[in-house]
Amino acid sequence: MTESVHAHADEKPPGLWRWVVTTNHKDIGTLYLLFALLMFFIGGSMSMVIRTELFQPGLQFTDPLFFNQMTTMHALVMIFGAVMPAFVGLANWQIPLMIGAPDMAFPRMNNWSFWILPFAFSMLLSTLFMPGGAPAGGWTMYPPLVLMTGDAFPYLIFSIHLMGLSSLMGAINIIVTILNMRTPDMNLMKMPLFVWTWLVTAFLLIAAMPVLAGVVTMLLTDRFFGSSFFNAAGGGDPVMFQHIFWFFGHPEVYIMILPAFGVVSTIIPTFARKPLFGYASMVYATASIAFLSFIVWAHHMFTVGMPLAAELFFMYSTMLIAVPTGVKIFNWVSTMWRGSMTFETPMLWAISFVVLFTIGGFSGLMLAITPADFQYQDTYFVVAHFHYVLVTGSVFGIFGAVYYWLPKWTGNMYNERLGKIHFWCSIVFSNLLYFPQHFLGLAGMPRRVPDYAIQFTDWNQVSSIGGIGFGLTQLIFVYIVFQTIRSGSKAPARVWDGAIGLEWSVPSPAPYHTFQEPPKLAEGELQHEGT
Amino acid sequence: MSSATERYYLPHNSYWPILGSIGLCALFVGFARLLTGANIGSTLMIFGGLIMVLMLVGWFGTVIRESQSGSYNQQVGRSYRWGMCWFIFSEVMFFGAFFAALFYARVLSVPWLGGEGGEASTHLFLWPDFIAAWPLLQLPDASQFSVAKAPMEAAGIPALNTLILLSSAATVTWAHWALKAERRRQLIVGLILTVSLGLLFLALQAYEYRHAFTELNLSIGSGIYGTTFIMLTGFHGLHVTVGAIMLMVVLGRSLAGHFTPLGHFAFEASAWYWHFVDVVWLLLFTFVYWL
Repeated sequence: MTESVHAHADEKPPGLWRWVVTTNHKDIGTLYLLFALLMFFIGGSMSMVIRTELFQPGLQFTDPLFFNQMTTMHALVMIFGAVMPAFVGLANWQIPLMIGAPDMAFPRMNNWSFWILPFAFSMLLSTLFMPGGAPAGGWTMYPPLVLMTGDAFPYLIFSIHLMGLSSLMGAINIIVTILNMRTPDMNLMKMPLFVWTWLVTAFLLIAAMPVLAGVVTMLLTDRFFGSSFFNAAGGGDPVMFQHIFWFFGHPEVYIMILPAFGVVSTIIPTFARKPLFGYASMVYATASIAFLSFIVWAHHMFTVGMPLAAELFFMYSTMLIAVPTGVKIFNWVSTMWRGSMTFETPMLWAISFVVLFTIGGFSGLMLAITPADFQYQDTYFVVAHFHYVLVTGSVFGIFGAVYYWLPKWTGNMYNERLGKIHFWCSIVFSNLLYFPQHFLGLAGMPRRVPDYAIQFTDWNQVSSIGGIGFGLTQLIFVYIVFQTIRSGSKAPARVWDGAIGLEWSVPSPAPYHTFQEPPKLAEGELQHEGT
Repeated sequence: MSSATERYYLPHNSYWPILGSIGLCALFVGFARLLTGANIGSTLMIFGGLIMVLMLVGWFGTVIRESQSGSYNQQVGRSYRWGMCWFIFSEVMFFGAFFAALFYARVLSVPWLGGEGGEASTHLFLWPDFIAAWPLLQLPDASQFSVAKAPMEAAGIPALNTLILLSSAATVTWAHWALKAERRRQLIVGLILTVSLGLLFLALQAYEYRHAFTELNLSIGSGIYGTTFIMLTGFHGLHVTVGAIMLMVVLGRSLAGHFTPLGHFAFEASAWYWHFVDVVWLLLFTFVYWL
């Protein structure tokens, strides 16, 4: 490489300006990940308020309106502020490294898609201090309830517009990078699975985010400009909001899980020291899940009142998702089968992902059964279900990815002992936190309430103890990350014994610019070769 | 055009994105303050809008300069083409949400309010006298709305506008042929025709809106028919405006001689966008005005 010719490329403005004006995918990946971590703690502190209030029946610490603001904001911050930006951060760091690209396809737009987020979340979080408080009608923003929000209402809508714009530009950048920036030898069916899952995720984002933008615009005009989209008196229908919202909302949940599938498909072969079992079937399963995600939306609204044919259609189409998901689960297990397994921290997260995500998947199947869902709708069973897939699924996938690639990013090994402590505490506390919520939901405890009947007290206390424990455990993670950035033993280029892929062919830490010339793919350079 | 073997052009430190974020934030916070009746809302909006204009001119100007200096190889060109395709796809989905609202109202919610299907209780208990119809003029409860006197006719201005937009699709293609065959005069004439037809479309639509507001009393507040009519045609008109601005920039760049038969991404992108706007109009004409 002729680094001297392009030496000006490394010119960075001093201090903080570097991070504001950077067009480097590694810098922007770091910004996304740190932003996601900050939001993870802001959203997490809101959940601490929720779990503290729910430790006992009756009202202890919050009034009901503030409690509902906490549930609403917790969801918005975690979904749009923590999980999605964390995955985009991983994509920014890893996709160019994994496909041998010099950077993202649109480096300037990459900067913009990140730098919209701090403004969007400042707008959203500022609503906590407005007359009438933050939005409290649930993150799903169902009318007519959400139209009763105070001054916060337009700020809620516009912050969602901004987040959508950020996601959309991020997704276009990622999809174009994957389609156009691969090193010439790498055809689509040679791409690492993390890249494949992100290709599909980016497609879902481009298809779903504009629908969300459209439907919240309808809310805005209904509130301020006299339109009657969701007003039956003018010929509209509040249920229509739910249809359009969930047409976005269901792809959205796969947007938050598919990249985690990619992470797990990357980690397990490394520590099982075997190629990924069934690479092609993994690709087809990912694409099938993406397709199905567009025809299952109404399973979120079985009790709202729909024609019987629709109830049946959405029940069966939802159950169909279990097939490609099952393919994935069995492929991960088969990859581990008779592998030379070791259990470093990333592998622990990946294995726990397979087990706990499956639990979330099974409770999802229970919820898919329309008649049963009439019982489960709006109970803690739903809360337990989506926290199993989103926390022990998506978030654990992100943790696994961070431990797996942190040595590549920083050049230092993290503290393995502390990593394991973080993992085991998270496992114990998250199950203590979420598993009892299944029992509470089946016994009939509704979600989004600050107070409950006395018979629910025991499991709520267990859940709250788990919640506070899980929250405190994450401080260990912050300590590990910043300790690794500052110190720690030097990491080699190929950090893990069984790690295969282009990202391991560059030194650790990865230089500021990598693959300025497209690399040649060496024999055995791709994880799934040999299958 | 540079050869394909050169490196992919990577821009360095850029101030445009952060300026764009500040502009967007000012624009939206200003609008929110305006809507909630707080002070300095409109000032903030104008400020944000100006910053956005500055940012867009500056950013696109930078890209045009980079392109003219030959910094972009064919791979960069492919990135831009892919990017524009996916952007248009996202716009399709955005319009899809509003068309979904239209079809939901026409096929489901209005007939249900009129007593059809299994959802008859709203009809029975709330508005037993309501009769479903489309275009919906007699609302279930007219007290909150300004009832329209008549629906918008498909014949007349809308039909004329269909003809205008279809002709503009033909003229932009004619200009494209000229660009590829290096017939400069035909390129310029074709683009001027296209932009003029676009502006004529917008002028006629403005006239039609005035007719709707003043004579038909048809507005966004006239129930679901007026709501879908205004929102769909309004967003479409906004997109025609954006497309016309893009074509005007392309016209200016054609006059400056920026394009070559092989390198004219800006022209292609604007033409694709124009065709997309055209297709949306055909759907609008069919389902909003005609059927």
